[in-house]
Amino acid sequence: MSPREPPIPADWELVVGLEVHVELATATKLFCGCANRFGDEPNTNVCPVCLGLPGSLPVVNARAVELAVRLGRALGCRVETSVFARKNYFYPDMPKNYQVTQYDRPTNADGRLELPDGSAVGIERAHIEEDTGKTTHMGSGGRIHDAVYSLVDYNRAGVPLVEIVTRPDIRTVEQARACAAELRAVMAAVGVSDARMEEGSMRVDANVSVRPAGSGELRTRCEVKNLNSLRSLGRAVAYEARRHVDLWEAGERPRQETRHWDESTGRTISGRSKEEVEDYRYFTEPDLVPLVADAAVVTAVDAALPELPRDRRAALASAGAGSGEAALLVERGQDELVLAAVAAGADVELTVTRVVNDLAADDWSQVAPEGLAALVAMERAGKLTATQAKQVLAEMASGGGDPAAVAERLGFEAMAADDLATAVDQVIEAHPDEWSRFCAGEGDDRKKMAGFLTGQVMRATRGRADGAAVNRLLTDRATGRAP
Amino acid sequence: MTALGIAAAVAAGERSARSVLEEHLDRIAEREPEIGAFTCVMADEARAAASEIDAAVARGERPGPLAGVPVAVKDNLCTRDAPTTCSSRILEGWRPPYDATAVQRLRAAGAVIVGKTNLDEFAMGSSTESSAFGPTRNPRDLSRVPGGSSGGSAAAVAAGFAPLALGTDTGGSVRQPAALCGAVGLKPTYGSVSRYGLVAFASSLDQIGPIATSVADAAALFEVVSGPDPLDSTSFDPAAVAAPHVGEGRTGAAGRTGAAGDNSVDGEDEVPEGVEGLRIGVLAELCGGLDGGGLGSGGLDGSGLAGGGGPAAAGVEGVAADVAARTAEAVAALEAAGAVVEAVSVPSTVLGLSAYYLIAPAEASSNLARYDGVRYGLRVEGSTAAEMNVSTRTAGFGAEVKRRIMLGTYVLSAGYYDAFYAKALRARALIRRELDEAYGRFDLLVCPTAPTTAFELGAKTADPLSMYLNDVCTIPSNLAGHPAISVPFGLGEDGLPVGVQIMGPACAEHPAGRSPLWRAAAALERAAPSPAPADPAGEAGP
Repeated sequence: MSPREPPIPADWELVVGLEVHVELATATKLFCGCANRFGDEPNTNVCPVCLGLPGSLPVVNARAVELAVRLGRALGCRVETSVFARKNYFYPDMPKNYQVTQYDRPTNADGRLELPDGSAVGIERAHIEEDTGKTTHMGSGGRIHDAVYSLVDYNRAGVPLVEIVTRPDIRTVEQARACAAELRAVMAAVGVSDARMEEGSMRVDANVSVRPAGSGELRTRCEVKNLNSLRSLGRAVAYEARRHVDLWEAGERPRQETRHWDESTGRTISGRSKEEVEDYRYFTEPDLVPLVADAAVVTAVDAALPELPRDRRAALASAGAGSGEAALLVERGQDELVLAAVAAGADVELTVTRVVNDLAADDWSQVAPEGLAALVAMERAGKLTATQAKQVLAEMASGGGDPAAVAERLGFEAMAADDLATAVDQVIEAHPDEWSRFCAGEGDDRKKMAGFLTGQVMRATRGRADGAAVNRLLTDRATGRAP
Repeated sequence: MTALGIAAAVAAGERSARSVLEEHLDRIAEREPEIGAFTCVMADEARAAASEIDAAVARGERPGPLAGVPVAVKDNLCTRDAPTTCSSRILEGWRPPYDATAVQRLRAAGAVIVGKTNLDEFAMGSSTESSAFGPTRNPRDLSRVPGGSSGGSAAAVAAGFAPLALGTDTGGSVRQPAALCGAVGLKPTYGSVSRYGLVAFASSLDQIGPIATSVADAAALFEVVSGPDPLDSTSFDPAAVAAPHVGEGRTGAAGRTGAAGDNSVDGEDEVPEGVEGLRIGVLAELCGGLDGGGLGSGGLDGSGLAGGGGPAAAGVEGVAADVAARTAEAVAALEAAGAVVEAVSVPSTVLGLSAYYLIAPAEASSNLARYDGVRYGLRVEGSTAAEMNVSTRTAGFGAEVKRRIMLGTYVLSAGYYDAFYAKALRARALIRRELDEAYGRFDLLVCPTAPTTAFELGAKTADPLSMYLNDVCTIPSNLAGHPAISVPFGLGEDGLPVGVQIMGPACAEHPAGRSPLWRAAAALERAAPSPAPADPAGEAGP
């Protein structure tokens, strides 16, 4: 099923909320001084605190709180005095058999996330919590059921996380993906996390339910886990929605449960059911004191907050860029370049086209706005063809410098319109047969001859000719009109 | 010899730390088999530490305020590379890779740790009978319990095994055994002593406290182990904060001069002595049969106290007549020394026991979840991780610990949380508020430490509730986060020591040895009818 295709019949409506865990980019863990680093030898970044040894106590990492507040403000949340709580359940990768998190008093509450399409998703909360260790089940299948034994790596235990909980405001698969993508963009913009879904530094769970279109009810939801990419998220939400609709239409009802997305089969499979869901027995963490919301700190965070993706998109749009291109440019971080080139006098539409289509998303740091503006101006003035402009831009990206110099080095000196007309006329003269077939021809043969003649002009001009202009000249000549 | 006497002699080069230690080790060799105060005697490490102190003295270095003083440490405080068992099978074989902050400070002060002392398993009990390694006996009468849960520490001090010991007090576990063994025991303000390295029972209530043979020694030990610690977020610096976070809007008591009429004190360096002018309230609800009769001011006055509907607020039952009588005599002694004494009602204190036995087990059920056989201590194998957890915990925990884990799990569960845990938190807040209000009118409050003198081994093990009632007088201070000290004051009908408790508002134990709390304790010590006769071996001290 294509993600563009509605996953469910039109008389049903999709209702989705996301729970997004993101690892904060701190140097050390949330409650101790161990390194917060991915990929080290197992159990090397551990100490009595993150191993939960008897007698050890947590001390909050101020930097983690600062990053969490920064993220909260970027999501438009209210920052409140918050209290840590213990979430109690037994699992071998959790050193204390409780997770220190926030329950009824989260650090950030009531925010709002604007998506590129103009819609918005409510943010219920963005709270701070510690990560667990990582269990590897050793045995034939690598699954818990057929494991012979399990190994636990506690390097990740105690890594600071923010869990962002959205309101169930998402209505389409596209919106679900856009919401996760936008969260990722916000996190990257404000520098709180590298937010890589593939590496697990951003983990997305989707709460999915459906309801008859137009009804305001909230029906039984399922929490879908194990979504390792935006693509998985979209596919899983679509699958799960369809499953719910099928159940309701068959007179059954979904069970509230956790389900795991299986990428290989494209299905969700049942995890714990509600009946087995544990009672987490939350209570205030007595080893920590409340985090007092300090208005001065919030003000300072706000003042230091970089421009958010939505503002950057808006800036591009008001400069004249289309919304789709604006979203893409912001996602790639090329918006500042475009705006600066436009400010330097470049044509917006052509600048956006060149950058979106022809500037690699990952390697463009050498392109200066002034150079880009000069390039666009040259192309606009007909001094460079589109093909030439693309080549020059590629050279500029790999350190080529000034576009005029690059063009000269490539032999792309300006070709006057008269010279091009002369070249076309010479080719017509040299190939009378092909010329008459072009003039008389229809459909494929004419196309074929056009290609041949254009190729000859290109050859004669050593590629300096603009293909579109050549074609225009040929057509003009064939219909007897003056160039 | 007192701890301060030893430290002075060692620092002056008059005694060697090693010879002091050997005397104590001899006494341990002699009486430990019948008392069972220790889970582990660390003779070799202690000898090395004592020799180190002697070498430092020989080099002319300052060896620290507790130079060469043998100290016994309760076995729920982490000692680097030495067994730390909490008197539980589940921690058998575990050696912490670090020292508790209090232990580290002891070592830095030149103290010599002689061993780890027995306790009720995970500090859950009032008699040291729930230890997985067998009970500790009261040195003053081997048929009696030493109290608990710091029974090993109190017994070690009473038996002369060490002049000082560290205990921990969650609901009275320093003060009650100190009272039953005839020692001085302080429960500091919550946050005064870092809990880092104290194996948690109930984190919001646990405090480490000193046990000593004299008030001055207890103050000296407290001074060494107290103070802020970056490793414990709930620790505080009494000099820097207005009030520890446990208080509810109360301004700190640090720096109180206490006595309203204490006009004789002018100079800042001049430390006030005695209790003249101190306003001391006799806590009616926790004094059992004690009423205002015989007290200077006479009568109860509940006015102005929340919930104080009348003068005859219901008090706790079960305070023995001899304990009540000694308490009354102690109050009279304070009054004779110049304190202004008045009966006071704090009605909510009678709710303390019930609130405590909901809050403490709730926290314990979470704190003890980590003992699962995965990382350290006992492991009983199972075919799945869950089975291993269950088998390990079934084999590793004793009956009292299991009872409290189940109780705590229950009261935090969905559907019961509000009826039990949340209600207990409200009772706790009420007790704290009412006590704070009382401290608006009184510098200190007085009541017995424990309802009875030391009871027979086995007398209460079959009936947990009767055991829990031992803590009825001590619990309110833990719930409020306030300091309280138990001081021996005479003997009961059975010839065993009685302890009187002096309670104060947050930070009342600061500055150590000089604040009204300490001055009142010292006044009681001076006025005690006769020194509690220690056992023959323990009497004179080394």
